[in-house]
Amino acid sequence: MSASRVVSSAGVTGGSNEGILRYTLWERIVHWGAAVTYIYNLITGFAFWSPYLFWGAVIVGGGATARFWHPWVGLVFVVTLLCMYQMWRRDMAPTEADRKWARVMYFYMTNEDEKLPPTGRFNFGQKLFFWAMWYGVIGLLLSGMVMWFNEAIPWSLRGLRYLAVAVHVISALVTIGGFIVHVYMGTALVRGSLTAMISGEASPQWAKGHHRLWYDEAVRGGPAKK
Amino acid sequence: MSQATLRIQKISGHAGTAPGAGTQRSLQVCKLVDTTTCIGCKACEVACVEWNSLPFRHTVFENTYQTMPETKWNYWNLIKFNEHEREDGTLMWLMRKDQCMHCADPGCLKACPADGAIVQYDNGIVDFQQANCIGCGYCITGCPFNIPKFNHHTKRVYKCSLCADRVSEGLEPACIKACPTGCLHFGTKEDMLEIAERRAKQLREHSGFANAGVYNPPGVGGTGVVYVLHDATNPEAYGGLPKDPQIPWVVRLWKGPAKWLGNLAIVGGIAAIAVHYLWFGPKRVEQSEGEGRGGQP
Repeated sequence: MSASRVVSSAGVTGGSNEGILRYTLWERIVHWGAAVTYIYNLITGFAFWSPYLFWGAVIVGGGATARFWHPWVGLVFVVTLLCMYQMWRRDMAPTEADRKWARVMYFYMTNEDEKLPPTGRFNFGQKLFFWAMWYGVIGLLLSGMVMWFNEAIPWSLRGLRYLAVAVHVISALVTIGGFIVHVYMGTALVRGSLTAMISGEASPQWAKGHHRLWYDEAVRGGPAKK
Repeated sequence: MSQATLRIQKISGHAGTAPGAGTQRSLQVCKLVDTTTCIGCKACEVACVEWNSLPFRHTVFENTYQTMPETKWNYWNLIKFNEHEREDGTLMWLMRKDQCMHCADPGCLKACPADGAIVQYDNGIVDFQQANCIGCGYCITGCPFNIPKFNHHTKRVYKCSLCADRVSEGLEPACIKACPTGCLHFGTKEDMLEIAERRAKQLREHSGFANAGVYNPPGVGGTGVVYVLHDATNPEAYGGLPKDPQIPWVVRLWKGPAKWLGNLAIVGGIAAIAVHYLWFGPKRVEQSEGEGRGGQP
């Protein structure tokens, strides 16, 4: 894992207090690209979803403009997810340790983290979120292509249009559920996460506390690739 | 029939009810198409294109008298020609003027997310307001009759307006005006249904069409265009007129329970994380060197 190396960090002195590279510049660019495109499509999607949220389309230039850009921005979001898949596919694969962690996930929700087995670069919850977004985006993409060009679907295949609407709504709701939890955990719940996604670095304490196995690898330097 | 009947009673994609809807009694207008006296002259097609100033469009010859396979964004009125084989082996023409049915419960309006892009007037006419249309095409998904059609240049959807502009001035729609055989009638829904039923009875009792009847499908709350058919038990024979048209159940679910369940889930999720934060607070790791809090093997 190229991300798992110790780097020097301004403001942190002493060997063991150096910041640890948590996310490379490219990983952060991809993450924030995904965030911006997802939020744009969330706002415009909500506008198409409910009349009471149509003002969302108005603030980004009006309904017709929102309708024009929603699918294109969605394609950019798909590209960012493809990049994430390429970067994180291996880190996101569930392991035997995750299964143990999942059984006592309750302690994670009650902030009794000391009762949990140690985790690698990403914990089981993060992996769940990643795969929810991955499969959600597959549903959104396939159904979205039908909805984008729905006038081109012949009358005899109109069932596709109905299917697309159902799949788009369900996939969107799955990703929204994940998104709500993700934003909460990344900003409010797990302090230091947002900083890591902006600066790219995490403190050794943070790494040790939240991702012990990953920390061990990072500090020992160049552990065997999984 | 006057401008007073053009008060709006339903609005698409609108937060709240239509202002003033149902405050005054007004007449429902209706177009009656008697397919048994249609001669397929296409005068209605020409009148529609003329009155609505629709641009010329190319069509193709497909070994049929029918002008084109289906209505288009600039061709709102199309006679469907069908050669029908009767039980005794003889052929008969079934000719049906196809256009927007102006449903009492319009699927297009239900599906539309754009505020005011589709309205239903007090007189029952369902009218597209292209100025408010965002071009999403949800109306195409919502319509059980394959009527709304997309224009790729304007990115808006179009269909028959039942000549709302003419009706508001006390005139009949252009297609009615042009019909030479009197197979098209225009008036109140009540009157049109009465004429239609009388004609169907005549066909059953005197013309040997035992299954003759009126097409005013209840699945969409009745329509502002009603047909007299030689065989009301087989409307599909008239160029795909659906037997029991309904707003697709996916669309009804999507615009009804799914919306409120989805909203509840989203709001519930946000409330749950708020409660979680107040209850448990943030996860912190100890800042002191050495003794990391969690995750000790």
